[in-house]
Amino acid sequence: MTDGDQLSRVREGARIDLEDVAVSFGETDVLADVSLAVEPGEFVGLVGPNGAGKTTLLRAMSGALEPDRGLVDVDGAPLHERSSKAASRLVAVVPQNTHLSFSFDVRTVVEMGRYPHRSRFSPPDEDDRTAVDRALERTRTARFADRPIDEISGGERQRVVLARAIAQQTPALLLDEPTASLDVNHQIETLELVRELVEEGRTAVAAIHDLDLAARYCDRLVVLSDGTVLESGPPETVLDRDVLAAAFDANAVVTESPVTRTPTVTALRNDPERGVPDRVHVVGGGATAAGVLAELAAADCTCTVGPVASGDAAAELARGQGFEVVTVEPFAPLAADELERTRTAMADADATVVADLEVGAGNQLLLEALADRASLAVLEDRPFAERNHAGERARALYERCRERGVVASPADVLGAVAEAVARTEPTGRALEADDD
Amino acid sequence: MFRPGRLVSWSVALSALLVGVVVASAALGPVRIDPLTVSRVIADLAGIGTHEVPATHRTIVADVRLPRILLAATVGFALAAAGTVMQGFFRNPLADPSIIGVSSGAAVGAVAAIAFPALVPIGSVHLPAFVGALVTAFLVYAIATEGGRTPVATLLLAGVAIQAFLGAVISFMVVHSGENLREAVIWMMGHLHRSSWGDVGFALPVTVVGVLVLGAYTREMNVLLLGEEDAQHLGVDVERTKLLLLALASLVTAAGVAVAGIIGFVGLVVPHMMRLVVGPDHRILLPTSALAGASFLVIADTVARVGAFGLPIVPVGIVTATVGAPFFLYLLTNREVHAL
Repeated sequence: MTDGDQLSRVREGARIDLEDVAVSFGETDVLADVSLAVEPGEFVGLVGPNGAGKTTLLRAMSGALEPDRGLVDVDGAPLHERSSKAASRLVAVVPQNTHLSFSFDVRTVVEMGRYPHRSRFSPPDEDDRTAVDRALERTRTARFADRPIDEISGGERQRVVLARAIAQQTPALLLDEPTASLDVNHQIETLELVRELVEEGRTAVAAIHDLDLAARYCDRLVVLSDGTVLESGPPETVLDRDVLAAAFDANAVVTESPVTRTPTVTALRNDPERGVPDRVHVVGGGATAAGVLAELAAADCTCTVGPVASGDAAAELARGQGFEVVTVEPFAPLAADELERTRTAMADADATVVADLEVGAGNQLLLEALADRASLAVLEDRPFAERNHAGERARALYERCRERGVVASPADVLGAVAEAVARTEPTGRALEADDD
Repeated sequence: MFRPGRLVSWSVALSALLVGVVVASAALGPVRIDPLTVSRVIADLAGIGTHEVPATHRTIVADVRLPRILLAATVGFALAAAGTVMQGFFRNPLADPSIIGVSSGAAVGAVAAIAFPALVPIGSVHLPAFVGALVTAFLVYAIATEGGRTPVATLLLAGVAIQAFLGAVISFMVVHSGENLREAVIWMMGHLHRSSWGDVGFALPVTVVGVLVLGAYTREMNVLLLGEEDAQHLGVDVERTKLLLLALASLVTAAGVAVAGIIGFVGLVVPHMMRLVVGPDHRILLPTSALAGASFLVIADTVARVGAFGLPIVPVGIVTATVGAPFFLYLLTNREVHAL
C-alpha cells in the first residue's frame, strides 16, 4: 500500500468557483445564474428533483458544456481557457452513463484515465502502472481486471468508471449519480471511498439522488430546483421540511437516524390535508407515537407531546421538529407539575391523540385527564389489555376515552384527528347521533 | 490489456503473410512463373543484388503483375485502415471508409472524366476522382459542423444525403456517357487492371503517411469509443481529433478509390474480422487490419485477374462483394458484430 498511497495522494484539492452560470437548451433555461463556491477538500452533494439541473451543473463544472453566461473557475483560472488535457489533469468525471458496449478489458478502460498524463509516443511508465493498480484495488475491481467490460454487471461497471477517474489523479472529482445503479452495500462502499478521497485532500462534487446518503457523506448540500440554488449549507440545516417541500414538492419529515446520527428523510403521502387542525397534543411514547408525530408534522400541524420519557423515540423526534415536550423521568410516577403542564398543552390543542398508550401505576392519573377531553383520537396498535399494567380502574377510564373519541389505527392518524375535531362541531354532533 | 509484444508478433505474422501472398500472386497468371523466380525479380527491384532471370519473366513480373499486386495491397491497406477508423469514429459497425461520401465524390470526378473527356480534358481519371473525393468529404464535414462542433449523427446523415444526391449526378452522367458507358461502369465496380507503377507511386506514399499518422492517434480512437464527453473528460481535444481522424481516413480512402474505383466490403469486413481476432484496442487493431486488408485485396484481385475456380475475369469489386457480403452476414448472425 505504501507506494500506492504516495502516488494516489494529490497535491491538494482544487477550488471550484461558479459565478452567475446560465445554461439554456433552446428555449428552456436549465441553469439560471447559479453561483457556487466549492472549497478545496470539500465534499459537496448536489440534490434536487429530476430535471433540476444537477447533471447540467456538473457538465458546466467539467467543461463538457460551455455556459451561455457566467464563469467557471477551477483552481483559479477559467476552465475553458485551459486545454482539454490541462483541464483533465484538474477535474475527473464519473458520468452517469458511459458507452461501454465494446469489449475492452477492465484494465484497459482504467488505463484510459492515464491519458492526460502521458505523452503521445511514450509507453506507460511506473507511475502509470501503479496508479492503475491502485485504482483497481481501491474500487475492488482488481479481481475482474482482465474481464471484458461488456461482460460484467452494471454496478461493477460503475466502479470501473470510478477507478478510471481515480487513476486520473485529479485534485477535483465530479460524480453524477455514482450510486444510482449500485446495491446498498456498494453504495456505501463507493461513498466511503469518495469520502476517503476527500479526506486525502481532493475536492468532490456529486449529484446524489438519495438524500439520506447525501446527508451522511457530504460536508455540504446544495439544493437545486428549477435551475437555481435553493439552499446551500451543512446537511442538518439544509434538509428541512420547507426546503424539501419547495424543491421536491414533497411532503416529507426530516428526522435524525438513530444509527448514523445524520438527517434522514421520510417522504409521506402528498394527500390534500383533510381538516387537520393547527395544533395537536400527542399522548404516548415509542415508535407508534413517533410515527404519529411524523405524520402530523408532515401535515404541517404543530404538536405538543407528553408526558414522555426524555430518551423516548417520540421525544427525540418531537425535539427534532421543534415541538414542545413534557418529559418525565423514566419509570417515575407522574409529578403534579408534569400533569399540570400536560393538561395545559391539551387545553391549548385543537385535538388530543392517544397513541397506543401504555398505562402503569405511574401515569394512571393521565387517563383521568384524558377522559374529559373533547376532540379525542384514540389510536391503537395492540389491544389495551396488553398495554394495561394498572388494573380495572385504568381499563374503565380507557374505555370511556374510546367511547368518547375516534378509535383508529395509527396509520389513519390524520383522518382520525380530522374526524375528532369535526365531532365537536355542531355538524359533528349530528353524525355522532347517527352512529348511536 | 495492451501488450506491445502482441502487436509485434501479429504485425510480423501478417507482414509475412502479405509477402507470401504477393509472391504467390505474382507467380499466378496465364504464364505460370516459379515463385523463386518471382522472389529474385522482387529482390532485384528492391536493390538486393542482381539475379539471372529470363527476360520475359522479368517483364511479366516487374512490369505487368507487380504494379497491380502492389496497388491491390496498397488499396487494401488503405481501405481496411480507413474502415477501422470510421467504425470506431462512428461507433457503428456498419460504417465503411466512404461513409461520408468519399467514394461518391470520387465517382463523380472519375465518371465525369470518363464520360465527358472533352469537358474534363485531363487525360487521367485519378486526379478528378481524388479531388472529387476530398471535396465531398470536406463538404459533408462543413455541412455537419455548427458552432465548432460536429455531431457524429449529423455527419452520418449529411453523408447519406450527399451520397444520394451525388448518386443522381452519377446516374445522369452514366446515362449520357454513350460509348464510354462500359468503362464508367467498370470504374465504379472497382478494378485494378491497367495498373502502373505510376499508380503505385501516387497511392502508396499517401496511404503510408496517412496510416502512420493515424497510428499515432490510436489511443485517442480508443478513448473516443467511450463517447465524446468521456473522451473530453479524459483530456482528448475531441473536435480537433475528430477532424484529424476524418481528414486522414478520407485522404487514404480517396487515394485508394482514385486509383482503383469503388471496391466495397474491404473496409467493412476486414476490420470486423480482425476485431474478432485481436480485440477492440485500436493500438493493435489498426495496424493488423491494415495489413490483413492488404493481403485480402491481393488475394481477391488475384482471383479477379486469373479467373480462378473457373470464373471469368472480372473487376475485383465483384470478387470482394461476392466474398465479403456473405461473410458479413455470417458475422452478423453468428457473432456479436454490433458490439464494437
